[in-house]
Amino acid sequence: MNPKREVIGQTSIRSKVHPVPFAPPRGEGPPPVADEHPLAAYLRMDRIPHIWCPTCGIGIAVKCLAEALDVLQLDTNKVAVVSGIGCTGRVAGYMKLDGFHSTHGRAIPFATGLKLGRPELKVVVFSGDGDLSGIGGNHFIHAARRNMDLMVVLVNNFIYGMTGGQNAPTTPVTAKTSTMPFGNFEHPFNLPALAAGCGADYVARWTTLHVRRLTRSFKEALNRRGFRFIEVIAPCSTLYARLNKLGTGYDLMEFYHNNTEIKNGADPQTVDIGFQGKIICGRFVDSERPTYLDMMKQHYTKVLGDKFVPMPEEGGLIWPPGEKPTTPAAKATAEVREPEEVTHG
Amino acid sequence: MKTDPAGVLTGAHYLDGDYACGEGAMAAGCRFVAGYPITPSTEVVERISRRFPFMGGTFIQMEDELASMAAIVGASWTGTKSMTVTSGPGFSLMMENIGLAAMMEAPCVVVNVQRGGPSTGLPTMVGQQDVMQARWGSHGDYRIIALCPQSPQESFDLVIDAFNLAELYRVPVLFMMDECVGHMTEKVIIPEADQIEIVPRRLTKKDPADYLPYQTNGELIPEFARAGDGYKFHTTGLTHDERGYPVMSAACQKQNVQRLIDKIKLNEEQIIRFEAEAIEGADIVVLSYGITARVARMGIELARKQGIKIGVIRLIVLWPFPENYIRQLAGNIKAFVVPEINAGQMVLEVERCAAGQCRAVSVPHLGGGVHNPEDIAQAIVEAAQ
Repeated sequence: MNPKREVIGQTSIRSKVHPVPFAPPRGEGPPPVADEHPLAAYLRMDRIPHIWCPTCGIGIAVKCLAEALDVLQLDTNKVAVVSGIGCTGRVAGYMKLDGFHSTHGRAIPFATGLKLGRPELKVVVFSGDGDLSGIGGNHFIHAARRNMDLMVVLVNNFIYGMTGGQNAPTTPVTAKTSTMPFGNFEHPFNLPALAAGCGADYVARWTTLHVRRLTRSFKEALNRRGFRFIEVIAPCSTLYARLNKLGTGYDLMEFYHNNTEIKNGADPQTVDIGFQGKIICGRFVDSERPTYLDMMKQHYTKVLGDKFVPMPEEGGLIWPPGEKPTTPAAKATAEVREPEEVTHG
Repeated sequence: MKTDPAGVLTGAHYLDGDYACGEGAMAAGCRFVAGYPITPSTEVVERISRRFPFMGGTFIQMEDELASMAAIVGASWTGTKSMTVTSGPGFSLMMENIGLAAMMEAPCVVVNVQRGGPSTGLPTMVGQQDVMQARWGSHGDYRIIALCPQSPQESFDLVIDAFNLAELYRVPVLFMMDECVGHMTEKVIIPEADQIEIVPRRLTKKDPADYLPYQTNGELIPEFARAGDGYKFHTTGLTHDERGYPVMSAACQKQNVQRLIDKIKLNEEQIIRFEAEAIEGADIVVLSYGITARVARMGIELARKQGIKIGVIRLIVLWPFPENYIRQLAGNIKAFVVPEINAGQMVLEVERCAAGQCRAVSVPHLGGGVHNPEDIAQAIVEAAQ
């Protein structure tokens, strides 16, 4: 005879999980307002749905960059995006630009080669806090020091997301992560101060709540040269917020709404972020230091005179006789449109 | 096609192997170099940084070798021929992005002027201890091409071939010089530009709408699109499909990685290069490369005086290895004798290919100096008994 089985305690853990509050069931909800995303021209729609979790902030930052490209009407044939590894590292794979998904931490040096190999390109580095300030920190400070002609967008969610919520160089003190289960005790980076201290030409920080201001910063940065650094504070509800019991989508945006302060021109030394503390946003640095390429050209022209031969704007490729220009696309993009005037303010 | 005369310093020169390597790179059309100082390779970039501003080239001294390697992969995507230069410790750091270049199929050249290791080792003294690292150093499965010069003249000539092979097969090509060749000064003849054949980047002529970055249509090597030409392509170090999009599956890994292996493996006969002499009727074959091939000459002459029939093989291309040739030869001889400035690396490959048909005798010599030729002679004599 079989012994009688007895269930003790909860019969199912699942019954305690809250139903997901977003994503209405398929077939319901309002009718679509457009057949296509208005910024589809800038996105790889064949790769949607993307891998990011619901309420993740990375998609908002991508949308702001797409919007900035759209408003400026830049020649996107001449814009390249380079990412490293991690959640934000996937951005290069979703933007309809020449996109390079490089190795962990190496987006900035990869982008440096791309820019110097073909100086006419506008090169955007789009990656995460762990990638750019952790494993890639050395490249970050040196690119800023050189004032390398790169626009660097760093999405900071205070944690390593893709690998499961480990401690990051940006994790605030006392915040819990999977490798600091009793709370983080390491001092984090103040990234705007780091960038400014190393000589970045343009430094700004916004949260993903500040979509218009973030888009404006992207526009400003796209139309400038030198090292431009934009930190985007973004929510990670799957890991950072869950491990720290901060709520989900709406709660995190509400936190930004109630706890951010815009201080354009603030001293970057004063904008460090404590756990659930105030987030100072704004454009902190806006200077006109000669860029790496400026310095090189000015210096060589001064010391070598007419003998100096710069890298051609269209790159150092040596063409077979009679073949240049080659591709149909190269001809099509020969006419470069003038960028729209950007107003500061 | 003929090379750009701007980079060719035609004439007879007295150059060391490092300078000759730099001249060879510029003659091959290299116009982007990123590097980090490291003995005994630094003279290569010193030469280049002095000459690049006059020919439209850009040299940048990066913050480390990780960055140098990443930068040349980035520059390669603009169609600009790109190179970095290092020695053992830097070579270790470059492994990460050598794998990226292999996976993305970005043509580039990595010069390693080998010194004694491991770790910081013997910075100013010779070694040949990185030849297995060249083959296997980055993680995962891939194939690589590695070349090895024995003189400054060959350093000049062979680095041009390195660039050409990189273009032909869309791989990073490793140029495995050693400190002796790098610092040895000899006569180097640089020909006229119209005597130097270079392989241009194989740019696609497809319309952007029809172009897929890793579509090969049954061939092994895809057509190339430059960044900035309107193709708006995507590439990644992840396992990817023809579109360059990540696909996390065993099926895609097989398709993707098998082709990376096959494009070298199935073209081996076109890539493999070595010198062979007196092989016919030989009992012993001495196989060596780089500076050791020159040192072995004297050992071979000494042993020949004792009436031993000795054949000589000097590898010029280290990888891919001449597997079939060695296997066939192994059945006809008593032993291979393999002197090299390491504890015995290439001898493992020789032994594998000989597959028990004959002995493979290692003549090891750790870093810091070359063999005493008499030691090589003695090893030959012992192998012949």
